[in-house]
Amino acid sequence: MEDWRKNKLPFTIFMGPATFWLLVFFTIPVVVIWVYSFGERGPLGQTYLAFSFDNYLRAIEPIHLQILWKSIWIGGVSTLLCLIVGFPVALGIAFAPDRWKNPLLLVVVLPFFTNMLIRTFAWIVVLGTRGVVNSGLGWMHGALDGLLTLTGQPDLMGDFVPLELLYNNYTVVVGLVYVHLPFLILPLYATLEKLDRSYLEASLDLGAGQWRTFFSVLAPLAMPGIVTGCMLVFILSMGNFLVPDRLGGTDSLMIGNLIAQEFNKARDWPFGAALSFVVMYPVFIFFAINALRARRQERARAET
Amino acid sequence: MTDAIVSRRHRREVNPLEYLKRPWMWLALLGCFVFLYFPIVTLVAFSFNSYKRAFVWKGFSLKWYEKAMSNASLHEAFINSMHVAAVSTVVSTALGAMLGLALYRYWFPWKGTYEGIIHLPIVIPEICMAVAMVTFFWAVGIDLSLTTVIVSHIAFTIPFVAVVIRARMAGFDVSLEEASRDLGASEWQTFWYVTFPYMIPGLVAGALMSFVLSLDDFVITFFTAGVGDNTFPVKIYSMLRFSVTPEVNAASTVLIVITLSLTLVAMIMQSRWTKGPKE
Repeated sequence: MEDWRKNKLPFTIFMGPATFWLLVFFTIPVVVIWVYSFGERGPLGQTYLAFSFDNYLRAIEPIHLQILWKSIWIGGVSTLLCLIVGFPVALGIAFAPDRWKNPLLLVVVLPFFTNMLIRTFAWIVVLGTRGVVNSGLGWMHGALDGLLTLTGQPDLMGDFVPLELLYNNYTVVVGLVYVHLPFLILPLYATLEKLDRSYLEASLDLGAGQWRTFFSVLAPLAMPGIVTGCMLVFILSMGNFLVPDRLGGTDSLMIGNLIAQEFNKARDWPFGAALSFVVMYPVFIFFAINALRARRQERARAET
Repeated sequence: MTDAIVSRRHRREVNPLEYLKRPWMWLALLGCFVFLYFPIVTLVAFSFNSYKRAFVWKGFSLKWYEKAMSNASLHEAFINSMHVAAVSTVVSTALGAMLGLALYRYWFPWKGTYEGIIHLPIVIPEICMAVAMVTFFWAVGIDLSLTTVIVSHIAFTIPFVAVVIRARMAGFDVSLEEASRDLGASEWQTFWYVTFPYMIPGLVAGALMSFVLSLDDFVITFFTAGVGDNTFPVKIYSMLRFSVTPEVNAASTVLIVITLSLTLVAMIMQSRWTKGPKE
């Protein structure tokens, strides 16, 4: 790597445009909304700049705190389920023969490139009252009914009532796991792929069973991947707007929906801004810690 | 059959780390893949269903595709989507590629922090970025339109392109550039005739990726688009609000086919170049 000072002109030409764009159309918007989060809402929905923590205090009022808490809870459950479903998959792919790795990874990430809205909609097709699962159940019901009629017991089953599988917190969790699974599998795979297998072999040779090796050796070694993946899934699940909006019921309102509401119907932008920063602060902190750790490791490496 | 017997006999000799040779691992992988694909496959399958009212298979039909094709507003939304994706891809590929190259090549103070900041669009929830963009456009007095959508799409696709280009450059042999300079080529000649050709597969992959990301985006588009500026996903969303008919399945299937084929091409290009120089 070259020092930028020796190549100021090419460095500026290459870095400049993208930096400018991201500064103007990403960093400044984030700063603007941060400033807004301390503002006040006028009577007509306009925003007055101010310096008050009222919006943040409102965010922890019981009614909003409850939504925040629900987002954390649903996000946490989704993350845990992602980990349980994703870990064996990441492990299997990481330890697969080389020629299998890329095809298997491709199979995992391909759905990730289809539209999130469509993937959410797919669950309506599967779980809706007129969906595939209910159609299947209805068909079985009809078949059973026919069978009972043949044996001389008509009307024993009654009419088929489709199950209400959609629009509750469970479907939101299913949808969030479905949408975010690759975000967990990929970082986990990257860590598992790189880790030194001789530790695992040593553990197995020295008499530890597979489970013991898994929990005492493999899991600790994979911790960076687990933490990154879980953090990503948690942040994205907790702040998700689309899945609770389409798959959730009236009580499945999450913080992403609340933010959207404040910017649409309610038109209380300062409060919406404060809410989105409630989501973003932990993200910033997490990545700041990550960056610091990387910096320290780099320095340590430079010193040795 | 014989394979099964043989493998049972040799069970003791299976390397304990070859998890893929264990049945429970196959079960886990299979379960995960079914979970990932079942909903999408079902959605696609029912776009060919002739029955309207429920998702019960009543025979093959293409009428929902005909209906979707003749839907003028869906048509317009599709054109809008293509327009947005094409323009934002051109800009974000150019800017992202230069950024990726600079990040690969140069060291500068606070580089780690800088990288953390430019990767934020990837990691913060979409809704946060969406409302930040709306607030910004409103604060500086820019009316929402397809242009504001394009501007926002460029902002969140640049980091992805930069990541792809950097990954590509990781395999670059710097001595090629040195040789070029030693043989008398200028800095720019070296770039155009040596470095740039090497970047091309990365550029194609990055461009395809950014096209797909732009085409697929719903949340940021939904917030930054002006009134009546529908893109394809936004149109599908509003169709979903009214009624779920197989027409939505057909429209979704069209989008799935486009994005998946572009993604596949990008990935195949990537796997080609990870195999190293032409053999």
